[in-house]
Amino acid sequence: MQNFVELWVYLSATPLFGLTATIVTYVLAQTVYLRLNQAPWANPVLWAVLVLAALLTASGTPYPTYFAGAQFIHFLLGPAVVALAWPLWQRRLEVRRRAGAILLAALLGGSVAAISAVGIGYALGLPTEVIMSLAPKSVTAPVAMGVAEKIGGIPALAAVFAVLTGLVGAVSAKYLFDVLGIHSLATRGFALGTAAHGIGAARALQVNADAGAYAGLALGLQVLLASFLMPLAYRLF
Amino acid sequence: MDSLKGLAWLLAAQSLGEGIARLTHAPLPGPVIGLVILLLALNFSFVQAPVQAAAEALLTHLSLLFVPVGVGVMVHTGLIAEYGVRMLVVIVLATWIGLAVTALALRAFTPADKD
Repeated sequence: MQNFVELWVYLSATPLFGLTATIVTYVLAQTVYLRLNQAPWANPVLWAVLVLAALLTASGTPYPTYFAGAQFIHFLLGPAVVALAWPLWQRRLEVRRRAGAILLAALLGGSVAAISAVGIGYALGLPTEVIMSLAPKSVTAPVAMGVAEKIGGIPALAAVFAVLTGLVGAVSAKYLFDVLGIHSLATRGFALGTAAHGIGAARALQVNADAGAYAGLALGLQVLLASFLMPLAYRLF
Repeated sequence: MDSLKGLAWLLAAQSLGEGIARLTHAPLPGPVIGLVILLLALNFSFVQAPVQAAAEALLTHLSLLFVPVGVGVMVHTGLIAEYGVRMLVVIVLATWIGLAVTALALRAFTPADKD
């Protein structure tokens, strides 16, 4: 028993632990998700996050210790944002043809998502730095962190909000679209990429290739629009 | 080999983007400038296949990349205890509003796009 405790103390302090725990938990969550025919509530990110947070809390492992290993996965968010150039480029003809509608919908949806977050947060009496961390929540996590920093939010909190937003979108969008009578998979994907960024796009990609491509396109557009317009809007008001 | 070459392109574009962002104090984050640079570079045919391989590999498992940040929720238990319900209300409502407005707007602007 003594040896086991020593071994655990040693292992849990190496970067190997955080990396292994993240990938193993995610692979298990993904397997369950596929088993359940990709039911929205079985979202693998949601369950991986919950299981990992519970494990770390139960074992008394501090988040920075975990992140020492998990950062290798986290780091890939940057190249993943750059990689969005591919779905954008792939659809460039269609984007050019529908440019007006796509840009307008992205701009309208993105700004309404941000403004309603700020408005509701303000109405509910949340502190300013929390509201400013909520504003960029529909943009993908690494970009949301950068934007939050520029507009007076807390980057780490903004990243968590972005992930939660993505999860809300991925888990509930299907039902919302059904109620609204939106059946076009391309439109559904585009809305998911706009309001629920990478996690929404990942969900769209799993459901249908067309929806996924539009989600990737929307995600890329939102990243460009938000990172340019949000700090600008903040300076103006 | 292609996906490794593609990763090299992605990282090079990101590095260039970070450099430009730092030098010009641009309001855009480095990876976003990298996205634009790569978009321009994709006009060269020798960039396309490697980038496709790397981008598809990376974007297929995009949701995995959010797990480390998501677990960070455990650090904010103090804020959650105090504002958790209100923060959740904001996130859920604003996300639904954003989803609905985007979808309805795109449908309204493209009458030719029959469902």
